[in-house]
Amino acid sequence: MSITRPAPARTRRKESPMTAPAPTDVALAVRGVTKTYEAPGRSVEAIRHLDFAVRSGELVCVVGPSGAGKTTLLRCVSGLLELSGGSVELDGEPVTGPPPGMAVVFQEYGRSLFPWMTVRQNVELPLKEKGLAKAERKRLAREALEAVGLADSGDAHPWQLSGGMQQRVAIARAVAYEPTVLLMDEPFAAVDAQTRADLEDLVRRLWERLGVTVLFVTHDIDEAVYLGERVLVLSNRPTVLMEDVRVDLPRERDQLTTRSDPRFGELRGHVYELIQRAKAGQRPDGDLPALPEPDALTTDAELEGNAS
Amino acid sequence: MTARLALRKVVMTLALPVVLVAAWWIATADSTSFFWPPLEDIVRTFPETWTADRWLHDVLPSLGRLGIGYAVALVAGIAFGTAIGLSKTLRALTEPTLEFFRAVPPPVLVPVIALFTGYTSSLSKVGTIALGCVWPILLNAVDGVRGLEPVLLDTAQTYRLGRWRRLTYVILPGASPRIVAGARQALSIGVILMVISELFGANRGLGATIVQFQRSFAVPQMWTGIILLGLIGVALSVLFRLIENRVLAWYHGQREIERGA
Repeated sequence: MSITRPAPARTRRKESPMTAPAPTDVALAVRGVTKTYEAPGRSVEAIRHLDFAVRSGELVCVVGPSGAGKTTLLRCVSGLLELSGGSVELDGEPVTGPPPGMAVVFQEYGRSLFPWMTVRQNVELPLKEKGLAKAERKRLAREALEAVGLADSGDAHPWQLSGGMQQRVAIARAVAYEPTVLLMDEPFAAVDAQTRADLEDLVRRLWERLGVTVLFVTHDIDEAVYLGERVLVLSNRPTVLMEDVRVDLPRERDQLTTRSDPRFGELRGHVYELIQRAKAGQRPDGDLPALPEPDALTTDAELEGNAS
Repeated sequence: MTARLALRKVVMTLALPVVLVAAWWIATADSTSFFWPPLEDIVRTFPETWTADRWLHDVLPSLGRLGIGYAVALVAGIAFGTAIGLSKTLRALTEPTLEFFRAVPPPVLVPVIALFTGYTSSLSKVGTIALGCVWPILLNAVDGVRGLEPVLLDTAQTYRLGRWRRLTYVILPGASPRIVAGARQALSIGVILMVISELFGANRGLGATIVQFQRSFAVPQMWTGIILLGLIGVALSVLFRLIENRVLAWYHGQREIERGA
């Protein structure tokens, strides 16, 4: 039970060894994290042991059955929750509280925006705290709102916008903050399917453009495979890592071709099976299904395009 | 269309007062009762009772004391309420005491306060008003702060908002709907205490004047005083509503949309 390093056993790494992750390449390291909620006379073991690393500029999805402690994990990583054991390191610094350079997008978009401020004020507030000059704040806010397609909504209040737009505001606020690591906690769980597809593409686009490290928690298997470069599959509670699945899909993704790619189907099927096993209470030390090798359809040329 | 709506609103607002005044006017028109003089007499007495001198030396000083007492209550209520709301320890420490003080009707404190601050001093009246007004504000502020959306606090924390910014941009605005509700309750308490605080040891002031009219059987004058008090109450609540609409515009807008959806 220590699937640690980002490169899984079956990496078909054809790119030059120069790009192999050096230790400094790790943006986010989760080392032997455990979390037990202690209440008088009762204690609940939420996370038994988690060990993984996210390389700088990587987009990693975390998926697991409901109640798998996904949100607990994210709160531990973001420094909002104290660990019971182990450590989380961001850029080599241990995380003891919310670290600088980290932004979090919460699931409850409607409740993470300050309703008494306009959209622009919401985006600018963290920048104010950063001590940026007014002109700089304005520029960053404008660019971030443009990037999420809300250039004209800056003066509206969040509650005047639709759910999908509100989540865009939360994303814009995170983007304007210029974080090195972006954590997203089931951000699209409460929006309709079409909006969700748009927002997924928005996240991919922003990630590619900004080169930010993203840890994206979701319960949606399709979403995890579609978005991620890797998918961390969690067991049910108390949580351990079931498998660290490398998503060897081309880097260029879009809703239509990627989702109809046979390899997408295989990966989804594999993660689905892992989740089913996890739900049934199976742990990673058991006999887990193996992900089929990518067949001839996924050419090496495509994989090379996937190289990060 | 909007003009018609506005007209409709004015008519709706004024309809009941007009009916009540008319009813009073007609019912007392031929009254010979000493205690129920015709409304016509009362209205005629109004300007000669509330002269410039009375405004200057009775009404305005009373309103001034109300303003100061209310402001003190507002500041103290919000400051202590927020502190208590934010600190578990402070809450555990103060809760029973607060319940005790809240349960004591402020009018019974008037003589006690007067004892400490001087029987005829303005301070005793301001103190009475402040002490009566502070509880609804304080207790609502505690609840408002405790009821803050946890996701908002998480957001403030992940963006590392400092203490002061968290207080002014997140905590106080978040608690403001409750604080305003408390302030509204406090305002009506304040008006009552403005009068009551002048019942003892005061010979000038709005409340004192009305009581003097009562005691000297100047019945029409007494009625004008009561009407004036009522009008002051209306004016204050209109003023309050105006401020509330500014401060809580976001809250009312949000509620409207939530209800509509």
